[in-house]
Amino acid sequence: MKKCFSLAILLLLLFAGVVFAEQVQTANPPSTAEQTVSAQPAPVTSVGAASAMVTAEGVQKHADYVWTLIAAFLVFFMQAGFAMVETGFTRAKNAVNIMMKNLMDFAMGSLAYWAIGFGLMFGVTATGWFGTDGFFLSDFVKSNDPWVFAFWMFQVVFAATAATIVSGAMAERTKFVSYLIYSAVISAFVYPIFGSWAWGSLFHGGGWLEKLGFIDFAGSTVVHSIGGWAALAGAIVLGPRIGKYGTDGKPKAIPGHNIPLAALGVFILWFGWFGFNPGSTTAANTDIARIAVNTNLAAAAGTIGALITAWIMFKKPDASMTLNGSLAGLVGITAGCNNVTPVGAVILGGIAGVIVVLSVVFIDKVLKVDDPVGAVSVHGVCGAWGTLAAGLFNADGVTAKILGVQALGVATAFVWSFTACFILFKVIKAVVGLRVSREEELEGLDLEEHGNVAYPDFQIHPARSFSAPPSMPQAGLQAQTFRGMTQEEA
Amino acid sequence: MKKIEAIIKPFKLDEVKDALHEIGVQGMTVSEVKGFGRQKGHVELYRGAEYDISFIPKVKLEVVVPDEMLEKVMSKIGEKAKTGKIGDGKIFVSTLEQITRIRTGEIGEAAI
Repeated sequence: MKKCFSLAILLLLLFAGVVFAEQVQTANPPSTAEQTVSAQPAPVTSVGAASAMVTAEGVQKHADYVWTLIAAFLVFFMQAGFAMVETGFTRAKNAVNIMMKNLMDFAMGSLAYWAIGFGLMFGVTATGWFGTDGFFLSDFVKSNDPWVFAFWMFQVVFAATAATIVSGAMAERTKFVSYLIYSAVISAFVYPIFGSWAWGSLFHGGGWLEKLGFIDFAGSTVVHSIGGWAALAGAIVLGPRIGKYGTDGKPKAIPGHNIPLAALGVFILWFGWFGFNPGSTTAANTDIARIAVNTNLAAAAGTIGALITAWIMFKKPDASMTLNGSLAGLVGITAGCNNVTPVGAVILGGIAGVIVVLSVVFIDKVLKVDDPVGAVSVHGVCGAWGTLAAGLFNADGVTAKILGVQALGVATAFVWSFTACFILFKVIKAVVGLRVSREEELEGLDLEEHGNVAYPDFQIHPARSFSAPPSMPQAGLQAQTFRGMTQEEA
Repeated sequence: MKKIEAIIKPFKLDEVKDALHEIGVQGMTVSEVKGFGRQKGHVELYRGAEYDISFIPKVKLEVVVPDEMLEKVMSKIGEKAKTGKIGDGKIFVSTLEQITRIRTGEIGEAAI
């Protein structure tokens, strides 16, 4: 009942948004009335001009569009990478739920960022704290410049990246409907407001942090730390999975069900990062070569750094830690990929690889926060490290001021994202509930939340065959449905 | 008639099967099982945290033989399944009361 209620509210909000969008667009005619004469033929003339006379600017402009959009599509594919990493590092009984969360945070995030987020992040700012126009992509109506589409497409996949980081840390125990609410809020408010402080001037906005000279080229802080600290807040408010900590408080491993899938996810992410970092030029220029090289070197060094650290600490080269190491290197280089030397990238990435292993162990054993996939360490901690390192390894030299501004940015991101999301999760917990019931968690979220399992033909359901208490309702099994049919029919 | 149940290491199955086939064992039933013995499983590390593998995967081999073949089959299984390391498994022997081959209705040793 509660679920239906909150879903209805979500739908209502969306509907209200669409109505509002139409109002914005219909409210415009008075202002666009004068433009219509000149605006309407504009696309025709631009096409005509391109075919009639090829200018250097024209070619450059089109190349900028093509590169920015190809990069956006690469970054979109990172959603698949996150989905694979998260499901690989968690148990088979929650695989459907992880897929649904990764699908839905992109879907919810896209609409939320279109309606609200983009305007807050890149709209004209009156206060200097966030933008106040450009909601529902209304900029195009005003200016008729299609660049806003290319730019929005590139930015929306970034917003969704920040949103999806959180699902891994909150995996295996979060209510689905609560996650939907969270993903709309982070994409509409939490991410864009910080983004406007650091990146607003890339479009119509402007923020206080960038005016100080804050270096975060592709988002170690703006995207990854914001997501990572939100993940930390979520994991703290949720509490650990059942069985993660013994009665003596000692952490127990809950091994993931598919390391090959997790590895595929890391390869996809590494691939997608060639859009994430080099694409952040949002221009087809020669910088992308250095950025790509730095990105790759840092990822390689991060992988090796984590491998060595894990091998020394655990006596064996732990695969999941090494995979986290690749991501640590990538997150680390994201801020400084355009202003450090290749040597700097290798050192920066290697250190990120060491940090991520130490951080996973620290969060697990000392903080006792259950982060099944290491999202807080990879994105939060290594994002912070990468942002500091972007100043430290600055190819044009480093000053105390640069480091100070970098540190200020890192600290601001933590305070903003952690506080905002902590409150958000507390509110969700009080209103609709954040965590599934004990029975549901033991049985697996797939069956109880979504009515089917990821691998119905495999016998990989140890919870049911070995440790399920006899009182556990098995009714879920009989009532299983698949694509609307009950299983007998199917 | 005796029923032999042997718990062995999974990767030894093919070797044991071939050896038993050579000495005239006509059929067997094999199942994948999990269990522990005096070692009580072992501890592994995943992402720096320990976890217990309390039930170790094994293969259970069930063979029914006439009394006179018992010693030979037991020693063959023992010989082929042995690695000398912990976890080689055990062989259990019990007396079997009756067998029926469902297709023909034969009973006793003729049905083995």
